Amino acid sequence: MSAPIIEFKNVKKCFGDTVIFSDFNFKVEENEIVSIIGPSGSGKSTLLRILMTLEGIDGGYINVAGESLWHMPWQGQYVPANSKHLHKMRNHLGMVFQHFNLFPHMTVKRNITEAPMRVKGVSRQDAEELAEKLLALVGLADKADSYPNDLSGGQKQRVGIARALAMKPSILLLDEITSALDPELVDEVLDVIRNLVKEESFTMLLVTHEMYFAREISDRVCFFDKGAIVEEGEPEIIFTAPKEERTKAFLNAYIGQS
Amino acid sequence: MEFGEIVSVLLQGAIVTIKIVAMALPLATIMAFVFGLVRLYAPAPFKQVAIVYIEFFRGTSALIQLYWIYFVLPFFGITIDAMTAAVVALGLNIGSYGTEVVRGAIQAVPKGQYEASVALNFTASQRLWRVIMPQALVNMIPPFGNLAIELVKATSLVSLITIGDLTFKAKSLADTTLQVGEIFGVVLVFYFVMAQVLMLFIKRLEKYLSKGLGRGGFSS
Amino acid sequence: MNGFDWDWAFTWDVLPMILSAAKVTLLATLLGSIFAIIMGLVFALLRRSKSRLTRTSVYWIVEFIRSTPLLVQIFFLYYVMPEFGISMSPLATGVFALGLHYGAYLSEVFRSGIDGIEKGQWEASRALNLSIIDTYRDIVLPQAIRPMIPATGNYIIAMFKETPQLSAITLLEMLQMAKIIGSENFRYLEPFTLVGLLYLVFSIVAAYGIYQIEKRFPKEGFSLK
Repeated sequence: MSAPIIEFKNVKKCFGDTVIFSDFNFKVEENEIVSIIGPSGSGKSTLLRILMTLEGIDGGYINVAGESLWHMPWQGQYVPANSKHLHKMRNHLGMVFQHFNLFPHMTVKRNITEAPMRVKGVSRQDAEELAEKLLALVGLADKADSYPNDLSGGQKQRVGIARALAMKPSILLLDEITSALDPELVDEVLDVIRNLVKEESFTMLLVTHEMYFAREISDRVCFFDKGAIVEEGEPEIIFTAPKEERTKAFLNAYIGQS
Repeated sequence: MEFGEIVSVLLQGAIVTIKIVAMALPLATIMAFVFGLVRLYAPAPFKQVAIVYIEFFRGTSALIQLYWIYFVLPFFGITIDAMTAAVVALGLNIGSYGTEVVRGAIQAVPKGQYEASVALNFTASQRLWRVIMPQALVNMIPPFGNLAIELVKATSLVSLITIGDLTFKAKSLADTTLQVGEIFGVVLVFYFVMAQVLMLFIKRLEKYLSKGLGRGGFSS
Repeated sequence: MNGFDWDWAFTWDVLPMILSAAKVTLLATLLGSIFAIIMGLVFALLRRSKSRLTRTSVYWIVEFIRSTPLLVQIFFLYYVMPEFGISMSPLATGVFALGLHYGAYLSEVFRSGIDGIEKGQWEASRALNLSIIDTYRDIVLPQAIRPMIPATGNYIIAMFKETPQLSAITLLEMLQMAKIIGSENFRYLEPFTLVGLLYLVFSIVAAYGIYQIEKRFPKEGFSLK
C-alpha cells in the first residue's frame, strides 16, 4: 500500500485555554472518502480548517501528499512553513464551506474562473470552458451570468462546489455543506456529490450531519468526540453495529430525530 | 451694498472654498487608504508610525494643526504659502479620520470571504484587491460622504490664515458694509447647498454601488 | 532665530499663561456640553412629535445646523444677534454656538437611542396606563442612556477640539492666548506646540473617562428618582 495522502502525527491544537486536539493521529488513503460525524464542538471542522491552512497547529506534524503541510525543510531542519510553502501546499486542497462564501461582487462564472486564471494562470478561454462544463455538471448552466445574491441556498452551494472543483484539487474538503440549507434543498446539493464520485475518483474528507448520506457515500466513517476519534470503520458497521457507547448514544439521538 | 453685489463677492469666495475641497479631498483619500492599510497589514514599526499620525491628528484640533503648519513650520525653514498649508492641514486632518473608515470597512467584510480566498489559493495581495476591497469600498461610501461634508465645513477655518474663501469674504464684507444679517445668512445657505449637493452625489453613488454588490460591484 | 532650538525657559514662562487660558477652554466645553445635551433632547423629542410639520421642520433645522460650518455659525451669532438687540459676551456666544451645533449632532444619537428601546416596553407602559412623561422618565430614558454614552462622549470631545474657533471672536481661550504670546515674542513654536499637546492630553484623558463611565454604568439601567 502506498503512503497515505493525509497523515496527522501527534497534532496539538488549542484555542486559548481550550484544547481541541491534545495528541491527534489520523490517516487518509488516496481516493478514500472519509466522513466525519460527531457532536458539535468536537473538533470536526477544525480538522478540515487545519488542512486548508485556515488554522495553524500548536504541535505535531501533518503530511499532505508526501510533504509536511505546516513545516518545511530548511538547513536540514523542519521549520514553520512560510507563505510560499503554504501556497504550494494549498494547490492539493479544495474546500466547500458551510456558508458558501461565494464572492458577492462577481458573477457565478467569474466566481469559478477567477482563481484558475489568477492563481494558476489558466487562459480566460480555458477557464470559461471549464466553468461552463462544471456549471453543467452541477445543473446550473443557465446561471453563469447571475450574481450569488440572486440564487437560492442550494444553488449557491452548487456554485461553491463548482468553484472548488475548478482548481482541480486532489483532496476535496466538505465542511457541513448542507447545514445552512433548508431541508428541501439538501438533496440537490448531495446529488451533485453523488454524481461526482460516480464519475471520478477523489480523496474526500467530509464533515456532515446527514447520516444516510455518510453511510451511502463513504469508504470509512469516523465518529469524533472531544477532539478524538472514538470509533471508526466501514459505514455499515458503524451505523448498524457500533461498539462504543458514545457512538450508540449519538446515533440514537440522530435516528430518533429523523 | 446691493444684494446682488454681495452675492457675487461671496460667489468668488465660494469658488476658493470649492478649490480647497477639490485639492484636500484627494489628499485625504490617499492618506486614509495608505495609513488605513498600513495600520491593518504593515509590520510593527510602520504600524506605529500610522498610529502616531492617526492619534495625533484625531487628538488635536484642526485649527491648531492649521496654525502649526502655517506659523510654526517656517521656524524649521519650511515656508509654505497659505493655500498649501490649508490643503495639507485639512487633507491630513480629514485623512486621519478616513483611516478608521477604511479599516472599519475592511474589517466589516465577512471572514468567510477571506477564508474562501485562502482556500482558492489567492496570494495576499489578490485577496485584498480582488476579494476584500471591492466589497469594502461599498461599505466606505456613506462614512466617506460624511467626512467630505466635514471637510467642506472645515474649509471655513482657512479664513483665519487670510485665505479669501467664502467665510473670509463674508467676514470682510461684514466688517465694511455692516449688512451682517444678509451676508452671513447667504453664506450659511451657500454652505448648506454645497453639503446637500455633495450628499445627493454620495447617495447616488451608494445606491449605484450597493446595487452593484448584488450585480457586480467593482469587479473588473 | 533658529526654530530647531526648543527654548525651555520660554516654554516654562508661557505654560502658566496657557494653562490659565485652558480654564476658559474647559469652561466653554462644559457649558457647551450641558447646552448641547438639552438642545439635543429637545430636537430628538420634537422629531418624535405627532405633528408632521414639526417633524419635518426640525429635521431640516438639524440638517442645516449640521451641514454648515461652526465658525460661520459663531460669526452669525456674534455679529447678527446684536441687530436684534441681543448682545452677548464672546463666552456666551461661544457656548450658544457650540451647544446648538453639537445639539444637532446629539439629537441623532438620542433619537436612535430612544428608537433602540423595544416596542414591547412602550406597549407595556401603555398597558400599565403610565403617562407619556412617566414612560420617558421611568421606562425609556433609564434604559436608553447607557448605549448613548460612547457616541455622546465622542461628540463632546469633538466639541472640545473645536473650541479654538472661539478665538475668532476674541475669546481668550488656549489658542488665542498662544497666538498673542506668539505675536508678542515672534516665536510660535513653543506656544502652538504646547496648545496642541494639551489638546492631545485632554482628549486622551476624556476618552478614558468616558470609557470608565460607560463601564461603570449599570447595564440594566437605573431608576430616575
